[in-house]
Amino acid sequence: MLRLDSTAYARMIGHCYDGLPLEACGLLAGPKGSSDATVCYPTRNAAKSSRVYEVHGIDYRDADDDAEARGLEILGVFHSHTHTDPYPSPTDVASALFPQWHYVLVSLRDEAPMTRSFRIVDGKISEEPVVLIGR
Amino acid sequence: MPVDVRLPTVLRQYAGGQATVKANGETIREVFEDLVLQFPQLGGQVVTEDGALHKFVNVYVDDDDIRFLDKLDTKVTGSETISILPAVAGG
Repeated sequence: MLRLDSTAYARMIGHCYDGLPLEACGLLAGPKGSSDATVCYPTRNAAKSSRVYEVHGIDYRDADDDAEARGLEILGVFHSHTHTDPYPSPTDVASALFPQWHYVLVSLRDEAPMTRSFRIVDGKISEEPVVLIGR
Repeated sequence: MPVDVRLPTVLRQYAGGQATVKANGETIREVFEDLVLQFPQLGGQVVTEDGALHKFVNVYVDDDDIRFLDKLDTKVTGSETISILPAVAGG
């Protein structure tokens, strides 16, 4: 399960819309070893593409630094799919390096955004529930 | 003069849990050769057996991506901080 702080959720969704027509991406952080994403770090999409994303390395470094300074750690990554389901693409699966991370997808295909979260381990996708907290 | 190499949380397990390690070298290639000697597991995450940069890794000297400098031949003097970051990407 991913427990997502409602403020972090709002920031994530806003960043995804701000990125249109390109895919947007960012990082989620929370207390070490938890599944509570309390902070959202919007990042630049270094790929500048509507089909793929790459979290800008400097933004990743700065988010990692900031999370550490706050006693948190990066727990996962989110990105938008502008016209498709919020489900990991083959590229997402091939690129997923961290079994401990939450891979959050936001689809902007429909009028309302759709958010789903996954673990990707050894190429295998498992969906997990997303619960909003702090409302 | 050794240079500081900063590691994000996900790579620290390969360097004894350290956030910053020191390595010697006048170029990024030499720094990485020293890193491989000190931390063989970390080396495997960063460079291939042929000594090329791993596909899913980005390297910065301060704020500059070495792909836009001289890649592995980028010179360092010791006053910089090198950051090694796994590429977080997808489609």
